[in-house]
Amino acid sequence: MRLFMFTFFLVAVSTAMLMRLELFAPGAQFMDGDTFNQAFTLHGVIMIFLFIIPGIPAIFGNIVMPLMIGAKDVSFPRLNWFTFWLYIVGCIIALTSLFNFTGEGLDFNFADTGWTFYAPYSLNTGTNVITTLVAAFVLGMASILTGLNFLVTIHRLRAPGMDFFKMPLFVWGIYATAWIQLLATPVVGITLVLAILEKYFGIGIFDPAKGGDPVLFQHLFWIYSHPAVYLMILPAFGIMSEIIPVFSRREIFGYRTIALSSASIAGIGYIVWGHHLFTSGMSDIAKTIFSFLTFFVAIPTGIKFYDWIATMYKGKIILKSPMLWALGTIITFAIGGLTGVTIAMIGADIHLQDTYYSVAHFHYAILGGVVFLLFAGLHYWFPLVTGKMYNEGTAKIAFYLNFIGINLLWFPMFIAGYYGMPRRYFDYLPEFEIYHQISGVGAVVIFVGLTVMFLNLIAGWRNGEESGLNPWHATTLEWHCPTSPPPLENHSKVPYVDFKPYEYHHGEPVVKFDYETMKRID
Amino acid sequence: MGHEYVPEIATSRDGKEYEVQGWQGDFYGGKLGFWLFMLTEVMMFGAMFLTLTYYFTLHHADFINASASLNRYLGGFNTVVLLISALTMGLGLLKMRSGDVKGAKLMIWATILLAIVFLGVKAVEWTAEYNHGVFLGLDALQSGNAHSKAFGEILFFGMYFTMTGLHGFHIIIGIGLMIWLIKRINANKVTPGHHILHWNIALYWDLVHLIWVFVFPYFYMIGAGDVTGGVTHGH
Ligand code: HEM
Ligand SMILES: [Cu+2]
Repeated sequence: MRLFMFTFFLVAVSTAMLMRLELFAPGAQFMDGDTFNQAFTLHGVIMIFLFIIPGIPAIFGNIVMPLMIGAKDVSFPRLNWFTFWLYIVGCIIALTSLFNFTGEGLDFNFADTGWTFYAPYSLNTGTNVITTLVAAFVLGMASILTGLNFLVTIHRLRAPGMDFFKMPLFVWGIYATAWIQLLATPVVGITLVLAILEKYFGIGIFDPAKGGDPVLFQHLFWIYSHPAVYLMILPAFGIMSEIIPVFSRREIFGYRTIALSSASIAGIGYIVWGHHLFTSGMSDIAKTIFSFLTFFVAIPTGIKFYDWIATMYKGKIILKSPMLWALGTIITFAIGGLTGVTIAMIGADIHLQDTYYSVAHFHYAILGGVVFLLFAGLHYWFPLVTGKMYNEGTAKIAFYLNFIGINLLWFPMFIAGYYGMPRRYFDYLPEFEIYHQISGVGAVVIFVGLTVMFLNLIAGWRNGEESGLNPWHATTLEWHCPTSPPPLENHSKVPYVDFKPYEYHHGEPVVKFDYETMKRID
Repeated sequence: MGHEYVPEIATSRDGKEYEVQGWQGDFYGGKLGFWLFMLTEVMMFGAMFLTLTYYFTLHHADFINASASLNRYLGGFNTVVLLISALTMGLGLLKMRSGDVKGAKLMIWATILLAIVFLGVKAVEWTAEYNHGVFLGLDALQSGNAHSKAFGEILFFGMYFTMTGLHGFHIIIGIGLMIWLIKRINANKVTPGHHILHWNIALYWDLVHLIWVFVFPYFYMIGAGDVTGGVTHGH
């Protein structure tokens, strides 16, 4: 599964590299406009539906979350297996939609609508939109069932004594996410079904020629897709909340506020979708309300940031690679988040909507937030899952390359977007050339950084040193296993939990176990 | 089942023992999971009802006209059939819980039969509509030709076929589930002591008829005024 995901990630990154190459100079280099449209759609669809939405839940939610709550497995292991196959089927359908089998011979004919499939264009274009929609629907189903499985697991299978406020914060992140998966995904699912039926039978729902309303599509789409961005970031914040206390050797500051902010972000996230429609035709009242509500999401997010920083204050900070990724993310996500607040303002957004400014905003948030934290988690839990350790020096170099790369890649785009460079264009006026060139260099740097990182992790997996049981001196249950990697049934004995997840005293973990009986011996 | 699952024990510092909840044989977990799944169905149909409501407010008169042309007798008959099937399904579950496996099976068969009747009536209705030129993809529901209906009517029938179709799809799935349930009962995998599958399928069936209880008035009843003369067309 992980293998699949990272392969897709690399495919999408390569597509992005091709786009950046095309954008390196004005005019058409080696792609025409139609190909470019398919390229950014492919990139967006893979990144969103195949990589980032299933990413953290499937990778860490499945492996680490049950360990963290002292469960032997998720509640429905067979359902889990089933969702895995759904995911594979979804991926295969997405891939088949790349090609056109009906024409003379084989040619590329991926959807060219952007990952948002806006009607009415998506209903009229001749590219393989239907198969792409079916793929997104199947992947959505996999996502729903994963969320359902996690919810039941967290409700039912916590170790004795572990109440909700003794759960590690990553579990809180997964929990809030699972509710979004469960409640929001069906809405986009049915929207995609309606779009499919519309394309096949012309039922008219989104087609103005039959009285339908294309803006309705945008509403239904964003009712899911806005919560979906929190669905991506909440587990990532969870990873942050694990790493920060462990590498500061201090109890996390404001445990409850972080836990509850995850829940409230999930809740508020449902009622702000309208900020994607400021320029699509909504009443002024609706715009004002949506803008106002959007600011509210910034509050719990800000609380989290202050909590993390307060945790580090006077902590004994250990700058290992997971912590480095986490710290880098605090900077990049802050840029992504704060620019998000600027485009939540209607006046500013009228100008910036559909420019590279908003593209830069969400890349800072997704790439510099979610993906960076995913990598942080990858480095953090690597010894847990493989029992081995990667080369720390190389890991740090990879981080710096990525960090420099993302800033070179996307910061110039804020400026270009501000001056009016529109998104989804394969050509531009000469005055934007300099920004695109810096950005192109940044793309190369980040590409090199990613390559170094993956090679380093693979090398570590193949022939890294033994990591030992708890190399980071962490406190949460997943590190209290008798072997590394953990035995097949996770914990061979389940402990009784009468402690908080991050208890440190003078920089040392407080709780210790006898791994034979899983009784506390401190 | 092959071997019984023995729950594990966790011991606290003061020596107290606590039973660990395993995923095996977790009756409440199974129930919770299925309730959550039902919630996703509600969200899905909810989005469609929202769409429907939105267009109803936009094209009030067209919707009422279109609705008036549906066959309320067949629709009403189907509503009754589905309500009775909900009853038989519930009785089946009660019988299963009280240990009457044979009676439970009989009730499930009755439910299956009623479900098939429902689908049969639905097929008759759709065929009749098709013969009147009203069906997905036919001229009447496309724009810009001599047979085109009014905007609101196109939307009404678009939603009508989509939603009753999707509902019918759920009925078919339900029939499949019930047949599977009977097989599991025959194989002694579902017993009065272990009937979570039966419970969940009954819950599913309840949702399916509940959705119909909303579909029926929204499509069939809003135009009923024309027949009884209760509503006059004025704006
Ligand atoms: C690895 C470095 C990356 C590069 C160089 C890159 C580059 C690009 C470029 C050039 C575009 C097209 C912008 C336009 O013409 O409007 C784009 C769009 C997009 N990217 Fe990325 N990207 C990267 C990573 C990511 C990641 C990690 C994600 C999400 C997980 C992502 C999600 C998207 C989405 C959703 C779009 C919008 C597609 C659309 O317009 O439909 N990208 N990216
Ligand atoms: Cu949003």
